[in-house]
Amino acid sequence: MTASKVLSFQDIILTLHAFWSARGCVILQPYDLEVGAGTLHPATVLRALGPKPWRAAYVQPSRRPSDGRHGDNPNRLRQFHQYQVILKPNPPDMQALYLASLETIGIDPKLHDIRFVEDDWENPTVGAWGLGWEVWCDGMEVSQYTYFQQVGGLDVSPVSGELTYGLERLALYVQGVDNVYDLAFNDPQSPDFKTYGDVFLENERQFSAFEQEQADTDMLIRQFHDMEALVPKLLASVSRRGQPLVLPAFDHVLKASHLFNLLDARGAIAVAERQSYIGRIRDLCRECALAWVKLEEAGA
Amino acid sequence: MPQLLLELFSEEIPARMQNGAARDLERLAADHLGRAELTCQRLAAFAGPRRLSLVVDGLPERQLDRTEERKGPRVGAPEAALAGFLRSTGLMREDLIQREGVWFARLDRPGRSTAEVTADIVPLIVSGFPWPKSMTWGAGALRWVRPLHSILCLFDGHVVEFGIDGIQSGDLTEGHRFMGPQRPFRVTSFDGYRTDLESHFVVLDADDRKRRILAGARAACARRGLVLVDDDGLLEEVAGMAEWPTPLMGDMDPAFLSLPPEVVRTTMRSHQRYFAVADGEGRLAPHFIVVANIEAADGGALIAAGNARVLAARLTDARFFWSEDLKRPLETRLEALKGVTFHAKLGSMFERVGRIEALARAIASSVGADPEKAASAARLAKADLVTAMVGEFPELQGIVGGYYARAEGVDRAVADAIRDHYRPQGPSEPAPTAPVTIAVALADKMDTIFAFFSIGETPTGSRDPFALRRAALGVVRIVLDNGLRLPLGEMIAATRFDGAGVMAFFAERLKVLLRDRGARHDLVDAVFALGDDDLARVVARVDALAAFLASDDGTNLLAAYKRAGNILNAEARKGALPQVQARRPGGPAAEVGLFDALQDCRPRVEKALAGEDFAAALSALARLRAPVDAFFDGVLVNSPVAAERDNRLALLTEVREAMGRLADFSLVSG
Repeated sequence: MTASKVLSFQDIILTLHAFWSARGCVILQPYDLEVGAGTLHPATVLRALGPKPWRAAYVQPSRRPSDGRHGDNPNRLRQFHQYQVILKPNPPDMQALYLASLETIGIDPKLHDIRFVEDDWENPTVGAWGLGWEVWCDGMEVSQYTYFQQVGGLDVSPVSGELTYGLERLALYVQGVDNVYDLAFNDPQSPDFKTYGDVFLENERQFSAFEQEQADTDMLIRQFHDMEALVPKLLASVSRRGQPLVLPAFDHVLKASHLFNLLDARGAIAVAERQSYIGRIRDLCRECALAWVKLEEAGA
Repeated sequence: MPQLLLELFSEEIPARMQNGAARDLERLAADHLGRAELTCQRLAAFAGPRRLSLVVDGLPERQLDRTEERKGPRVGAPEAALAGFLRSTGLMREDLIQREGVWFARLDRPGRSTAEVTADIVPLIVSGFPWPKSMTWGAGALRWVRPLHSILCLFDGHVVEFGIDGIQSGDLTEGHRFMGPQRPFRVTSFDGYRTDLESHFVVLDADDRKRRILAGARAACARRGLVLVDDDGLLEEVAGMAEWPTPLMGDMDPAFLSLPPEVVRTTMRSHQRYFAVADGEGRLAPHFIVVANIEAADGGALIAAGNARVLAARLTDARFFWSEDLKRPLETRLEALKGVTFHAKLGSMFERVGRIEALARAIASSVGADPEKAASAARLAKADLVTAMVGEFPELQGIVGGYYARAEGVDRAVADAIRDHYRPQGPSEPAPTAPVTIAVALADKMDTIFAFFSIGETPTGSRDPFALRRAALGVVRIVLDNGLRLPLGEMIAATRFDGAGVMAFFAERLKVLLRDRGARHDLVDAVFALGDDDLARVVARVDALAAFLASDDGTNLLAAYKRAGNILNAEARKGALPQVQARRPGGPAAEVGLFDALQDCRPRVEKALAGEDFAAALSALARLRAPVDAFFDGVLVNSPVAAERDNRLALLTEVREAMGRLADFSLVSG
């Protein structure tokens, strides 16, 4: 079923929501914290751990402060949108499902060249890695497809399959547009048509300046230390039902991770320090992962 | 004779692993069949994006029947021991035979059918397959490179039944992911498998896929009067990325050709896996070849256009980096190198550049380069590491710096040295020949070697994480190919490093290089033992020595040397050798002859050595051959007269010393 008309940016999202909803996913909202990738949403990182089945799909605005180009570059954004699907355990026909989802948004695999190109994904800050591919459509990477092997430094079983669609890239392709700011955000026929630039260009300009030029690095470093101190405290605290506060602890790991990204974009982290920062975040994440698995196994 | 056919059908296998997987499958299958005493006439494996296949022809129906004898307890051993033996063999006491006081059981082992053996072997091969990286999926425990979906296994046209982690073997396979009917089809033999795959748009054999790509790509180029730029590595890779490889020509804006051709080619190759296309004069043409995996109904027009858009976006980025980078001279980037760690224990890239600069300046005049130019090239050689372009294309380090240097109007020899100082990077790349480049290339490599040796990071076995062996081989090739006279000690002395272990390391590398060129490595040892650190001279000696030892004189003199050595060593074990100088004896004639020959030979050898004419030195030594032979024939070394014995031993010592001026012959084998 090939879409008859070209989809707007939001129609692509709505179409994917309908597709994955029909395949048993819970459709979630973006996580309400600053994150660098859809993977970091607790619906992926934490839910990929432990024995319980889980299927979810959501859009995640992903902030990459170092990639900011002040709205001047037609291909690079400091915040872009990932459409994230997590299927645990991965179904045997996951590739076929993924390809069918591409067809619903107008990419006909009989006319376009769809390839699964080796890419071993890893996210060192959350101690996660997996094997899979970049998916290419006519030479453009449109998705990342991964079978998680470890998360938070722990082996996972069952294995989750993760799909990450680059929504802007897909939209550029589907709409045949060269500049991200020219993408149709909603239906061009609608009474109040908006382009991607109408919605996000000003954000790119202001946040690029903030993240790369104005962010107060001393404050960021202080806050990083605060987060680092808080996470173990939260893990050692319990709710009224006696559960360790893993979810709030993980929120603060995410905050630490974003603070690190801001410091990096400000050029405040020497090359030699990078590994140490990443290692510290990974260790915090690992503590959360261990606590989460314990909780999940107890409740399984 | 019956045939075995196996197909392991999975999700997309990384292209770089396919060839290795096919060879591993062949090796494992041959091992397991061999161990089961099943012989075959042909065994071949094939790998592609979604399948690993194996065909074995000419297998027997079953193993041969065998009779096996097992040794039991001694006759008269306790009853319990005999009972245990009977239990383990399943025989009765009257079935046993007695030989030399021991019970033996004779067991008939009927051969198993090849299909049965196969059903045991394949699960072993699959579960122990040596993928460089493997994974689990779903809720299963099996490891494979990517999820394994089905297994086809036929012996003599019939399914060999077995299951691996829930996957039951069968006789079905699938064709292309998108083209054709996309229904599983039944297979009965290898020939049918191969042709049916082809009619389902899958080319089984990687070599056939390569041929298809080359033919299609060349034809597409020829239609436009253009030429495909051959690239074997890329061909290998793209042949592993498509089951139905379909080359298509795409276009690019000719304005992009104002970028350096290396940048355009790298963008096409490493990011997009496109082949470059050249015009009749060998210049890059504004087109590319992409190898798609489908034949689309529109002839590939959409695919070619889509790829062209992606390439344009990438080249636009590259042009942006190019123009941004050019706004800052290389010299101003040195500061940023302080932020680039070379190695935790070895400081920053900035410090390394300082060392390379000093070393390049120190050795410049020895290699015929202007010291100032060498120093200035060394200082700028690493500046491109902090440009946006090298950030995006790390493989263009050096090349990018060379372009920027030329654009800034830096001296040509300096710019060339920046560009080429990483050379030679592989056996097929020639060593640099321009003097300034030689100075920087040597300094760069020697600094790497000295620095890592100074912190104990030396290569061990197959581990050489800092590629020190390649660096050393590069040095050796630069020195030899340019006939440089540059002793290693001189280079070490120009640094703050002590160079401990470096000499032996170079001896090893030189041995490898000379062995690859067909030289005997024992000769390299024999020459290196003299402690000479001038690589060119070492090689000249080795060459002369090899020629000499191939001659009759050489062989005999070596034998005489060994004989003299044996005698001296045997005497030395009894007590210290006499510390006397040989004198001209009254007789016998053979002893006098050897004394005279030595007197005559020594100055000739020294004269030849002074002129580094090793062939002449060796032919001077060859004059010793006849007198030495006569000496051994006619003189008793171990004379009962002590003075005679001492003089004879002294003569032999002098023969050994004279020869030792050329090489340590005791290390020469044969």
